[in-house]
Amino acid sequence: MLEADNLECVRGERRLFAGLGFRLEAGELLYLQGRNGAGKTSLLRMLIGLLPPEAGEIRWKGQPIRSDEFRADLCYLGHLNAIKEELTPLENLLAAARLADEELSEDDAIDALEQVGLAGREDLACKYLSQGQKRRVALARLVKEKRPLWILDEPFVALDVAAVDWLAGIISGHLQRGGLAVMTTHQLVNIPAGTVRELRLG
Amino acid sequence: MFKIISAVIGRDLKLAMRRQADIVSALFFFVIVVSLFPLGIGPEPDLLRKLAPGVLWVAALLATMLSLPRLFADDHRDGTLEQLALAPHPLGLVVTGKVIAHWLVSGLPLALIAPVLGIQFDLSADALVVLTFAILLGTPALSGIGAIGAALTLGLRGGGILLSLLVLPLYIPVLIFGAGAVDATVAGLGGEGHLSLLAALTFASLGFAPWASAAALKIALE
Repeated sequence: MLEADNLECVRGERRLFAGLGFRLEAGELLYLQGRNGAGKTSLLRMLIGLLPPEAGEIRWKGQPIRSDEFRADLCYLGHLNAIKEELTPLENLLAAARLADEELSEDDAIDALEQVGLAGREDLACKYLSQGQKRRVALARLVKEKRPLWILDEPFVALDVAAVDWLAGIISGHLQRGGLAVMTTHQLVNIPAGTVRELRLG
Repeated sequence: MFKIISAVIGRDLKLAMRRQADIVSALFFFVIVVSLFPLGIGPEPDLLRKLAPGVLWVAALLATMLSLPRLFADDHRDGTLEQLALAPHPLGLVVTGKVIAHWLVSGLPLALIAPVLGIQFDLSADALVVLTFAILLGTPALSGIGAIGAALTLGLRGGGILLSLLVLPLYIPVLIFGAGAVDATVAGLGGEGHLSLLAALTFASLGFAPWASAAALKIALE
């Protein structure tokens, strides 16, 4: 499904990696590991098509990425939360879904917020939430997410132990439904389902 | 296509309503700059009538400039811009929505208050009507051209100054035809020709600017 061939990444004057390739099939999770500055985030940004690789090619279902069809299959969660401080968690979720051209009903959004432990805070502007709670608003997107390819940059940062377990469960469910996921993390988290593969950079 | 544009407009307007200080400060800037001129020049109706179109238009350009740096900067800082760029439709449509929303909160209020300010310059009723139309027709072009500058300077330190240097020269045609329309009306020549050219500038920039901005934003996101 997702194939990368002979990728090369140059940031500034430094070559971060070259000749990197992998194949990921349905139900598989790719764990990206490596020290700070090894190029994990750069690789993720290549995979979502925001950073063109210096050399090499990335294909999704046999087609080069950088098309509307690829982006309709992609869910990306960066280390920025992509939530608006002035809006409430509920408004944030609904606006994000509308802008990404996804169907999300208000009931589903409220349900998702309850699952991430934000029940009762749906109508509070996000600027009053803590770091961890803001992260949970961003992660609430994943609860109802049906797109097959998830690319997650450090999804476990700022989460407490219970939330880490919850997120691991969500990712397992996604893999069981035949989804793919690529993620970076410094914490070793046990994902109970799917095939887990590792790629070490640097 | 209209769905995504209206989704962006809806979100940006909601954000603007939660942050009304921004709209109000640009509007007050416009009001104060324009009002300083009659006070500084004194009660000379002929001179004021001559100055009015230019003063009002220059103040409108500067007031529009005030809100431009934040057009994409907020979305860039909190990561929303990445998500918009990854949505399964062309980024140009998203930018079109943002430009329209920017005009609704910056250009439209200027057009609505301009006739009131025009009275201070002893403009005739005809001239006030043409002034309102001219600002109504010209400010979308300002938002469109400004979006290109805002996208090009996104993420640069001191981008605000660079943005003005980049965008103000491109505003000159709008200034000339906008002020020209009112001048021509005051002189009794009729401002239709100038207004048509303003409308042409607006349509050209609304068609072209979002795609140029989208290209610049993609570079900024790399």
